[in-house]
Amino acid sequence: MKAAVLLFPGSNREGDVARAIKHVTGVEPAIVWHAETALPAGTDLVVLPGGFSYGDYLRCGAIAARASIMDAVRAHAARGGLVLGICNGFQILCESGLLPGVLVRNARLRFICREALLKVERNDTPFTRRYGKGAVVRFPVAHGEGNYTADAETLARLEGEGRVVFRYVMADGKRDDTQVLNGAANSIAGIVSEKLNVLGLMPHPENHVDPLVGPTDGRALFESIAGMLEKA
Amino acid sequence: MTVLDTPAKEPTITPQLVADHGLKPDEYERILKLIGREPSFTELGIFSAMWNEHCSYKSSRLHLRGLPTKAPWVIQGPGENAGVIDIGDGQAAVFKMESHNHPSYIEPYQGAATGVGGILRDVFTMGARPIAALNALRFGDPAHPRTKHLVAGVVAGIGGYGNSFGVPTVGGLVGFHTRYDGNCLVNAMAVGLAETDKIFYAKATGVGLPVVYLGSKTGRDGIHGATMASAEFGEGAEEKRPTVQVGDPFAEKLLLEACLEIMAAGCVVAIQDMGAAGLTCSAVEMGAKGDLGIELDLDKLPCREEGMSAYEMMLSESQERMLMVIAPGKEEQAEAIFRKWGLDFAIVGHTTDTLRFVVKHKGEVKADLPIKELGDEAPLYDRPWVETPKQQRIDPASLEISATIPGALERLIGSPDFASKRWIWEQYDHLILNNTVQRPGGDAAVVRVEDGPKGLAMACDVTPRYCEADPFEGGKQAVAEVWRNITAVGGTPLALTDNLNFGNPEKPEIMGQLVGCLRGIGAAAKELDFPVVSGNVSLYNETHGRGILPTPTIGGVGVLADVEKMATIAFKETSEVILVIGETTGWLGQSAFLSEILDREEGAPPPVDLALERKHGDFVRALIADGLVSAVHDVSDGGLLVALAEMAMASGIGASLLAEPAEVNPHAFWFGEDQARYIVTVSTGEKATVLKRAESAGVPVAKLGSTGGDKLTIPGERPIVIDALRERSESWLPIYMGAGMM
Repeated sequence: MKAAVLLFPGSNREGDVARAIKHVTGVEPAIVWHAETALPAGTDLVVLPGGFSYGDYLRCGAIAARASIMDAVRAHAARGGLVLGICNGFQILCESGLLPGVLVRNARLRFICREALLKVERNDTPFTRRYGKGAVVRFPVAHGEGNYTADAETLARLEGEGRVVFRYVMADGKRDDTQVLNGAANSIAGIVSEKLNVLGLMPHPENHVDPLVGPTDGRALFESIAGMLEKA
Repeated sequence: MTVLDTPAKEPTITPQLVADHGLKPDEYERILKLIGREPSFTELGIFSAMWNEHCSYKSSRLHLRGLPTKAPWVIQGPGENAGVIDIGDGQAAVFKMESHNHPSYIEPYQGAATGVGGILRDVFTMGARPIAALNALRFGDPAHPRTKHLVAGVVAGIGGYGNSFGVPTVGGLVGFHTRYDGNCLVNAMAVGLAETDKIFYAKATGVGLPVVYLGSKTGRDGIHGATMASAEFGEGAEEKRPTVQVGDPFAEKLLLEACLEIMAAGCVVAIQDMGAAGLTCSAVEMGAKGDLGIELDLDKLPCREEGMSAYEMMLSESQERMLMVIAPGKEEQAEAIFRKWGLDFAIVGHTTDTLRFVVKHKGEVKADLPIKELGDEAPLYDRPWVETPKQQRIDPASLEISATIPGALERLIGSPDFASKRWIWEQYDHLILNNTVQRPGGDAAVVRVEDGPKGLAMACDVTPRYCEADPFEGGKQAVAEVWRNITAVGGTPLALTDNLNFGNPEKPEIMGQLVGCLRGIGAAAKELDFPVVSGNVSLYNETHGRGILPTPTIGGVGVLADVEKMATIAFKETSEVILVIGETTGWLGQSAFLSEILDREEGAPPPVDLALERKHGDFVRALIADGLVSAVHDVSDGGLLVALAEMAMASGIGASLLAEPAEVNPHAFWFGEDQARYIVTVSTGEKATVLKRAESAGVPVAKLGSTGGDKLTIPGERPIVIDALRERSESWLPIYMGAGMM
């Protein structure tokens, strides 16, 4: 597997995700500067990391979506290459049209950093093969604008096509849209593209890979990707 | 809004203008004697910036000299941007705490945000990448009309800056007291990691080298603090902007990356961030420390607004700016790195051999001053002070107590100072960098160093009630408490930073608090081998003639050889033995119990026996290292029962407690605040070993009970349900902030 982690001015979890990939799969990802126009040859996985690209002073991810490297990312996705956007990366994917919908300010208007429970809605994507279907996992969230929103038609389509991969759930494992921590529509935490090769999610699997630091539920996500690419 | 094309004519120097610059008549006389002529307007501004309390420490300097600042592991003590200690393996921890009290009260979001920005900059200026942030916050009475607004703004500001910058905010403290109604305290601490042989300093070397300005542009924000009268500046609205600076964490993140990159590329000879007093202070420090002169050409300064005068440029406190002396021949490489990060880079001057600080603007010399004297000759005051009168020890038998022990515990746990601060720390990203091994809520935060196994433990603390009742004992206690916090997670305390927050030092009783606390801090730091490596003084925290409680916040850093051996406060298993290390006499003077339950803040605070602190702490640390204890918590305000409740709430496991010994008053036993104590749990199998070790070390140990169930039970008292207690603890702040229970 060859992985590339994009670096925008203001990204700040590029190190965390690069380290998690290395830790779990042994692969050292390339760090790719936003002003580049091409991905390293043979890149299998592109990661858009968390952070505050360009300060997020405009709509989150809006400027990064227009960075030079994003044309290469769009082409990579169109070829069926894997793209993973976490937190700010998810926001950038939405702003760049690779995923539908938008992430707006948390319902309670405050930044939230805490562990969240997520249900793995499907395990037949390249990102979730190593999870049990319907498994409840624990990833931390750390965001001020993670409230997923889309028009009714888009939401219906996402649900109809089974493209919601991660959903926030309560302690009992059930979703409660009235109590969801950031107000996300249908308690959506992560969605995939139609071809299942682009995943965007707000929580941080990369921060839950090391037993010394916390739970290790994030490992399977990186193992899934690596396993998928080995097979291919 | 009119933009001035040319600065207004400079005002003539009058006694009023001198006073408006915060300079006393005798201080102005000192200036005249020093330079042998009347200063220009710009020079007057430079003197006022260099000689104010904040930059010159003129009231505290004399007494700060008594602090112990050396140890074999101290690489850099006070006097630089931050302290530096050796943590082994060629690595150094770089840290400091600094206040941003006044601006946070005026504009809580930006005041707190720029406080965080300033302290992060202090750390990365030394070549260290920030790996953790902490903060100590003090607000007024929750019922005061301004308190809620301040809490919301300060917390959002700290989070807004730190989260975007990308440093985990891992710990701190939050307290409420009516004496902070008019002056909240925002003390921000940052800890960074560097290699011991790659530390960068402010000291410039080499004549004729370029002085380079980096970072954001200079604007008119932050000029000169609130005392500045506006009349002399002319009529334009431009000049009347608030004096609080505005932070840009994005710019700071870029500045961090660019600075570390050009340092790694070998471009940097000297570096100083522009904090308080901006360009003036940074340029003077670089020159004075290196025995060099500095000449600045302000025509080259990157400015955000047109028509800025030399005076404004020299005194602006615009954020996210750095000044550097660049190595010969490295200008182009340094500039390319800064351009890549989209930051301003301008050569604004050069070093000279004249020992003069020369400022030129539009072909005129606006200032020409002796550079060393600007700092060295700053006024130094031995202000009159009086010792705080001692208070009597409180005899628990003299107190009329109607609250039951469970009732008192429930009230304490649900009170503003003890209630969970989750609502606050969940607004801080405390997980980024993936090294937060101990999250907020324990005795100390623990951050793994790179891939481990080494870790750093860090904590900040002080008990202002103690400091007010007895500054010397209070100062000692603050240091001992932080030392204990680090010990309780298994860390070896290495060094501390102090943030001294007091009222008006011109009042002898306030000066007495400062002197007393400093003596106490010094005594404890010396006895515990816990030297002071950096710090900050914030005076004049007064409103309507009433000062804050004396609040010398101590921030400490220690090292753990192996983070896997770290201890936490949560009970781990049922049927384990609960022991208290250290003697419990039932000291209620100045206790939280007395204050919260009996509404009395009186009596002598608990004395701190530093030899005992050391003995008990070393004993507990060894137990942790040898894996003999499963949970550890230091006993501080609230006493034994609050500590036990916190251990239970953190785990969901309760405890059956033994009755208090007959010779101690029950309330005093459970809520007294005797020092040098820890609670530990041990398995029944290890109990004998631990007791034997205690006996041979001469450390008093008493059994408190055993873990199990879902309640805390004390013989003869109503059982206390842990879940209900946790609910009390967790609900106070969200309800107070009107946020519901999410």
